[in-house]
Amino acid sequence: MDYSRLLNNKIQELKPSGIRKFFDIANEMDHVISLSIGEPDFTTPWHVRQEGIESLRRGRTWYSPNRGFAELRSQISKYYARRFNVEYDPDKEILVSVGGSEAIDLCIRAIVQQGDEVLIPQPSFVCYEPMTVMADGTPVIIRTKAENEFRLTAAELEAAITPRTKLLILPFPNNPTGAVMRREHLEEIAKVIEKHNILVLSDEIYGELTYGKQRHVSFADIPHMKERTIVVSGFSKAYAMTGWRLGYALGPEEVITQMTKLHQYAIMSAPTTAQYAAIEALKHGDADIERMREEYDMRRRLIVDGFCKMGLTCFEPEGAFYCFPSIQISGKTSEQFCEELIYAQHVAIVPGTAFGEYGEGFARVSYSYSLNHIKEALARIERFLDETK
Amino acid sequence: MVKLLELLGRNADFTPAELSAMLGKSEDEVKKEIEAYKEQGIIKGKKTIIDWGKVPDAEVRAIIELKVTPKPETGFDETADIVMSYDNVESVYLAASSRYDLIALVKGNTIQEIAEFVSKRLSTLENVIGTATSFVLNTYKQDNEIFGNESDEEEQRSMIL
Repeated sequence: MDYSRLLNNKIQELKPSGIRKFFDIANEMDHVISLSIGEPDFTTPWHVRQEGIESLRRGRTWYSPNRGFAELRSQISKYYARRFNVEYDPDKEILVSVGGSEAIDLCIRAIVQQGDEVLIPQPSFVCYEPMTVMADGTPVIIRTKAENEFRLTAAELEAAITPRTKLLILPFPNNPTGAVMRREHLEEIAKVIEKHNILVLSDEIYGELTYGKQRHVSFADIPHMKERTIVVSGFSKAYAMTGWRLGYALGPEEVITQMTKLHQYAIMSAPTTAQYAAIEALKHGDADIERMREEYDMRRRLIVDGFCKMGLTCFEPEGAFYCFPSIQISGKTSEQFCEELIYAQHVAIVPGTAFGEYGEGFARVSYSYSLNHIKEALARIERFLDETK
Repeated sequence: MVKLLELLGRNADFTPAELSAMLGKSEDEVKKEIEAYKEQGIIKGKKTIIDWGKVPDAEVRAIIELKVTPKPETGFDETADIVMSYDNVESVYLAASSRYDLIALVKGNTIQEIAEFVSKRLSTLENVIGTATSFVLNTYKQDNEIFGNESDEEEQRSMIL
């Protein structure tokens, strides 16, 4: 049977994600050390898991309201005000979703229609482009550069805007580069956004994971930007809750209302057990965030120091749990480098090109692994470089 | 700085260069601190963590609790001194619970050997008024290392995107 004639052309043309390939090779090998996974290695804090268990013990196994439990939305509202200085009305401006990913999809579909251009800075997480395509939008890729520490600049943004531009995706702290946008950088972006009357999807899923003295600044905290920003975040990275599948969108009532319709029809409501656990996380989890953040920070320092000493120049990543060393001194492409590394030394990292063509010359290295694991991986990468000189 | 000790407690093989990177200090500072800790007797040395349960014909281990009558001047120290002088005693702790005061970790070639050591050497001590011996049947975790099937240590996370 010829399914290709029956299936949607757009979806058939979507490329599968490029992150998987090296993980699949690694699975076939013995004694592989991987630095490729993009989720916390911590387990969900025990007191949070207990609340999930407790909700099950009490038989709380029904659907939740479409927007999520009122108590959870109220806690999310307090949390964003407490941690990031932005206030949202729990009844009108918050939607609880199945991970941040669902919220990204809902947001793009609620805004974008045929012919609309969506600006996507790259290297970045892999989902924005395919979701834009599936929403009949046109992805317009903006290349962020190593010399700007992979930040989006106002000039780059301005140059990419056309009369058809509808939405900017702002993926900071960034996966895969670890780049962050400080307040002064966001203010420059805001001027351009206001001038051209476009909306912004600010993916702040790594917002709790920034290092050094300056905390993450939400784009919605920049004057006049709250009314044109949809913030997407969730529990996966901040509280090590990836498997619970829980995220949220914060934004103007007009946008959240449309997103909620889509969510209602496609998903109905986010997982009930996860919502009970998440309420506990928001109420009593600030210390857990700090504990994990400190541990990531030590790993980050160890790995960046290691790469720099090997001559793989690596700008200092200030957010998320990735670093993005340049592999250009090897004279190889990112794909070649990663493939030879895994076969020669059994270390799995992800080529920068998995996050868009502008990732060429770089590799994404996750430090969501124990210090001992990182120490061993660094020793192997150094051996690889020595042997291939 | 306790963080330095905590890191060395996790892996004795961290080099001063690695420690300095992790802690954001200079290598010299780290080296000096380590030396100071050694001089103060805080860093006692380093050893390899061994899962004896996996070694064929390995020794037997037991946890022995001792109820001790404290002495007016020296308290439990005098008895602890005697107990720890035996080579087959690996560790001695003062616990002072309602049931027992000292806890000793003891090794031996056989269960009989440990039983004899307890009945002849420990129970007979002047201030010891009772003992309770628990043999170690399996070690689940020791010195922060989880022992068990290697397959349990495998990566459980999936590559999803």
